Amino acid sequence: MGQALTRSTPFAIGVVLAVLVLVWYAAAIPMNAPWQQGVYGRAGAVDVPFTQFVGDVWNQDKPILPTPHQVVREIWNTTALVPPHMPRSLLFHAWITLSATLAGFGIGTVLGIGLAVLIVHNRATNRSLMPWIIASQTIPILALAPLIVVIGFNIFTGQLGLPPDPARFLSKAIISAYLSFFPVAVGMVKGLRAPEQIQLDLLATYSASPAQTFWRLRWPSALPYLFASMKVGVAASLVGAVVGELPTGAVAGLGARLLAGSYYGQTIQIWSALFVASILAALLVLAVTLTERLVNRRLGARPA
Amino acid sequence: MKSPAEAPGSSAAPVIAAQGLGLTFGTGDGDVVALSNVDLTVKKGEFVSFIGPSGCGKTTLLRVIADLERPTAGTISVNGQTPEGARRNRAYGYVFQAPALYPWRTIEKNVALPLEIMGYPRAERAGRIARALALVNLTGFEKKHPWQLSGGMQQRASIARALAFDADILLMDEPFGALDEIVRDHLNAELLRLWASTGKTICFVTHSIPEAVYLSTTIVVMSPRPGRVTDIIRSTLPAERPLDIRESPEFLEIAARVRDGLRAGHSYEEAL
Repeated sequence: MGQALTRSTPFAIGVVLAVLVLVWYAAAIPMNAPWQQGVYGRAGAVDVPFTQFVGDVWNQDKPILPTPHQVVREIWNTTALVPPHMPRSLLFHAWITLSATLAGFGIGTVLGIGLAVLIVHNRATNRSLMPWIIASQTIPILALAPLIVVIGFNIFTGQLGLPPDPARFLSKAIISAYLSFFPVAVGMVKGLRAPEQIQLDLLATYSASPAQTFWRLRWPSALPYLFASMKVGVAASLVGAVVGELPTGAVAGLGARLLAGSYYGQTIQIWSALFVASILAALLVLAVTLTERLVNRRLGARPA
Repeated sequence: MKSPAEAPGSSAAPVIAAQGLGLTFGTGDGDVVALSNVDLTVKKGEFVSFIGPSGCGKTTLLRVIADLERPTAGTISVNGQTPEGARRNRAYGYVFQAPALYPWRTIEKNVALPLEIMGYPRAERAGRIARALALVNLTGFEKKHPWQLSGGMQQRASIARALAFDADILLMDEPFGALDEIVRDHLNAELLRLWASTGKTICFVTHSIPEAVYLSTTIVVMSPRPGRVTDIIRSTLPAERPLDIRESPEFLEIAARVRDGLRAGHSYEEAL
């Protein structure tokens, strides 16, 4: 029994989490102490008991390092206690970011698969495309995002006559797609080339067409690679959407919350937006993992 | 049961005919002569083994017949056509050294693969799959995945896959090379039974002398550097071959001739 408990995954996660929380609370004391001493100094408070001092540094309004319970309370207050369609609700902002993430991830995945198919089936595209694909990722996204947002926003609202909100949504989705197509393209090139020569020879003896070879051999062989790259891609997509909200002073989205929090020194707001973003990322990766498991079961893969 | 003597006579057009066949691979390190001046005639219903040490070109020869490699010299016809034409007409089934089953397909779906690609109607597939699996004694394993089967059963499934469509030539490249001797003996006996019941022409690559002698109506002995045919032995064994025929004087005599042929090929190498 005892062994089964210590070996279980929830136990392991719980231990790590407990240690992190302890370190966090401990770190909050020295980081928030100078401000607290200033407050005591102005109020003329002397010989404050240590327990009260600790209680105060853990509950400041604008702490350098907010404590876990402050962040959790802020998240609770801005999700459970506010209707989700109000701009005060974190769920409202999370959805703005999530919708752009999903759109960008979808575009990026399709684009990545398309590029991989071109690269695997054509010698010329193999030579010409791959260097550009790699080069595209050497440009820091922080430098590129403002360009895409500004240029994209202007094109979408100007030439294409879209209202501002869909234009902002599309600009962010493009950044998400830009970040997520890369792992998918690289993974799928490897995946589509995964079939061994003997399996390709087998199809040659059947005089199979390229399309038959693709759908019956290359595509199923590439699926494990596709899911591995999609896990990387979906997390990158979220980062892309958040980054896309930073440079233009967007008013909605988790990125906007981060930016607004930093303008006004609302550290608790920054941390709660960060937390919601990482919970979203975890859920997205989980969704990809569950899809992968479902597909594997349908394909009758050997249980791991 | 067909016996070598009863195999369609010399009047019938050969299934495989090669004259002066050669294949040279150009590598960065100079040319490698894989096949040189190979003459070969395989008649309908024959069981021909190609035997020789590694590098003698026996697999390459089989791949040339299957149009997986192109010869650089000489001529070859399969079913009276070029190898490419024969491949496009799905004239042969090919069994590789490894089973090469798709792990994501069940055994029956693996056997169905060539049928799907060749466009056999769905209604016809089930019967063909059942017949092919029965031929290799795999009835009852239709819904299993390859990883649930032993190595010998996997290879049998790959043979069933090659039998599922109407090709009257079966090309087999060391199909039992990776299996242990007991399983191999068993599969050899099964293969003979299958050959007798289907009347297919079989080309069989091996490096085992007993296997070649036990199975074949004709044994083609090959030697390396350059890959060439050194001897062609017509078997005098009867069509009915129980496993213990391998202790008979006749069997041992043929085996000795094969061994001599292999040794003669090797002296070239030892002289170097």
